[in-house]
Amino acid sequence: MKWITGAQNTWCPGCGNFAVQHALKDVFADLVAEEERRAEEFVLVAGIGCHAKIADYLAVNSFYAIHGRTLPVATGITLANPELTVVACAGDGDAYAEGLGHFVFAAKRNTDITAIIHDNRVYGLTTGQYTPTSYTGFRGRSTPSGVKERPFNPIELALASGATFVARAYTRRLDHLREVLRRAILHRGFSFVEVLQICATYNNLTAAYNDQVYELDGHDTSDLNAARERAREWDYSDGAPIALGVFYETEREREAWPPMGRLPDHQRREVVRGVLEGRR
Amino acid sequence: MDEIAVLIGGKAGEGINIAGSVVMRLISGCGLRTAMYYDYPSLIKGGHNFAVIRGAAVQPYCHREGIDLVLALDQETVRRHQGRIRPGGRIIYDTGRVRELDGTGLPLDEIVKEEVAPAVTRNMGLIGAFCKACAIPWETVEAVLRRTVPKAVEANLRVAGRGYEAAGTVRSLPAPTAGRRVLPALTGNEAVALGLVEAGLEGYIAYPMTPASSILHFLAAGQEEFGISVVHPENEIGVMLMALGAAYAGRRVAVGTSGGGFCLMTEGFSLAGMAELPVLVVLAQRPGPSTGVPTYSGQGDLSFTLSAGQGEFPRLVAAPATLEEAWYWAGALLDLAWRFQTPAVLLTDKNLGEGMYTFHSAPERPPLPPVRWDGDGGYRRYAPGPDGVSPLADPGTAGAVVKVNSYAHDEAGVTVEDPPTVTRMAEKRKKKEKAMAEVLRGYPSVMTAGDPAAGTVLLCWGSTAGVCTEAAGDLGLRVVRPVVLSPFPTEPFGAALAGAGRVVAVEENLDGQLARLVRGEGHWVDAMIGKYDGRPFFLEDLERRLKEVGV
Repeated sequence: MKWITGAQNTWCPGCGNFAVQHALKDVFADLVAEEERRAEEFVLVAGIGCHAKIADYLAVNSFYAIHGRTLPVATGITLANPELTVVACAGDGDAYAEGLGHFVFAAKRNTDITAIIHDNRVYGLTTGQYTPTSYTGFRGRSTPSGVKERPFNPIELALASGATFVARAYTRRLDHLREVLRRAILHRGFSFVEVLQICATYNNLTAAYNDQVYELDGHDTSDLNAARERAREWDYSDGAPIALGVFYETEREREAWPPMGRLPDHQRREVVRGVLEGRR
Repeated sequence: MDEIAVLIGGKAGEGINIAGSVVMRLISGCGLRTAMYYDYPSLIKGGHNFAVIRGAAVQPYCHREGIDLVLALDQETVRRHQGRIRPGGRIIYDTGRVRELDGTGLPLDEIVKEEVAPAVTRNMGLIGAFCKACAIPWETVEAVLRRTVPKAVEANLRVAGRGYEAAGTVRSLPAPTAGRRVLPALTGNEAVALGLVEAGLEGYIAYPMTPASSILHFLAAGQEEFGISVVHPENEIGVMLMALGAAYAGRRVAVGTSGGGFCLMTEGFSLAGMAELPVLVVLAQRPGPSTGVPTYSGQGDLSFTLSAGQGEFPRLVAAPATLEEAWYWAGALLDLAWRFQTPAVLLTDKNLGEGMYTFHSAPERPPLPPVRWDGDGGYRRYAPGPDGVSPLADPGTAGAVVKVNSYAHDEAGVTVEDPPTVTRMAEKRKKKEKAMAEVLRGYPSVMTAGDPAAGTVLLCWGSTAGVCTEAAGDLGLRVVRPVVLSPFPTEPFGAALAGAGRVVAVEENLDGQLARLVRGEGHWVDAMIGKYDGRPFFLEDLERRLKEVGV
């Protein structure tokens, strides 16, 4: 199985997206080898931005969508065919700015999709503006005197919205990233993985992240309050420790809609005739 | 034309819409063809709601100013509509809420109390009196009420019986054509919904917005029976993108909204054009701009629909005029959108969608299956196919990697920016538009009515066809009406207009949006009669306006 297309890769050297692409490819390959999944079952949905080029680079089914809209597309695909394994990759501007409403509702609905947010905390492809997770004081091209707002904490946001799998990973911890992605994809319901990655050109936080991150150990992933507490340790602006790993995981009823389908032709005509009969 | 027109009015919350539909079914039950207009302001309780039902031996598709019977649940109904009563007509009213006047008064509060019936059955007292006034036999009344009253049937029948006893006969109904079957009564929105289901709809996705919401309600209530999924997401942006996700995954889906919702959908509409994904939008117009007059009707969104979304891509737009056309084109646009992998819009309005009419059956659609991949060779989503249409494979198909893309892309669906590929793929999409126009020649894309030899032509589209057709009958005119508005049916339209001397556009907008489109096609339009108060043209109203422009 060939997992990478012949498309020329145009990410900057050192970009965090390489790690996500390779981790995802490895997880897909593992699922084919160990979980009897078919390569044709994977569908990758991407938004717009540097992250989204992953749709061109991975040789799987893909829907290269528009900015902010990955999650409704992914929801539509899952509703249409629950047999597919749907992974939505989005940037932080994509998921937390333009697509915030969709993010909150996807978590609320608990549709069986995996959202991977490539959070480099800066707009890369539009050349360096602040995003909803940029730290206070960040000097971007649209905020030259520094951002006054406080960043969103996406982990808290996901927990508050009802996501049933909430995790954070870091692109420089590749094995851990792989493991988290695999668990997220296998989880039934809405899985949210916040991936911290650097932007090599506009927001290189490698030194800070290397210093701050640690992997959760002995944390009870079924305890929502414990998850919230861990999520609040780092506010996306200060130098506090940054927990990596699964914050919360639970099983919950998925969205209420029946699967899409259609009656066989003759039955459909009969049903329609019955409705007309009742209107005489 | 020998006809009957009945108006029932009262406050919102008094069951005017249901009462109107019951009157309609009573008249239909006597073998007549009927049309109901329902008028209500944007509020939940109070205000003034009324329904007008017109019945005749021949299907009516519009209304007149004149009314034969006014059924008044309150004083406001009398105040507003008394002046519309034709000679020989009568008001039947609730003596508890209307000051005494020349007509048939019924003490509805007392009747309801004596019959131990719920207060909302007051309208049944008036309906019973109406039946007697029109000499409808009690057996027919009872049979129809048993079919149509949703609950507390016995209590409703008792109250109706009291009204029936108390009233006298005013006039009999027009005679139906002999041997006529009783036909079903549907709203335009129900006809759209059933047309979609019959054409193999698998999912309907919508956010509530008047006047499209009743499609959502009707399909949601019947989703198990119809075997479809009905989804109500967070907003119209989500609606459109979910629909495109579902279409990509191989499902036949439609969405429904009105102008404001369609504004939000245009981003995804353009994505559908670029990614070559089929989707059907049912766009039920109401007067704008912005929130406008939300529970009334208009034809102000034609120009918007024809140009919605950035960039150039083929789109199908059809505007039905009747239930039968709404049913037919809902299915036909699904077929065409899936055959040509491009978005389509069924352009309706409040008068058609929420109006109720007798339903005659819709014609059969020509078969038009999608182009499927034969499984041979490496799959490329945008491979050149017949007429620019690429063979489809759904994700999950063995041996196929299915890549769709909002960026300019190559045949495999991978992003490109090089001039030759960008050019080639734009031309591929254009080729589909030409092929679409060719296939549409096998569809009834232009309709005519009236006298085909008449030099004066009424040019119209959508639900105004009914009033134009009736005026043309009265005045000896020709009606020419494009049903398909994109791709414009150039040849059949030119043929329908052949020999025309004077062309008068009749539209429920201010700018003459069809007139502008037709002028762009190189035709002459002499005058434009516009209406933009949200209410439909009355026949008398249109005929007066025609006289003003010298017809």
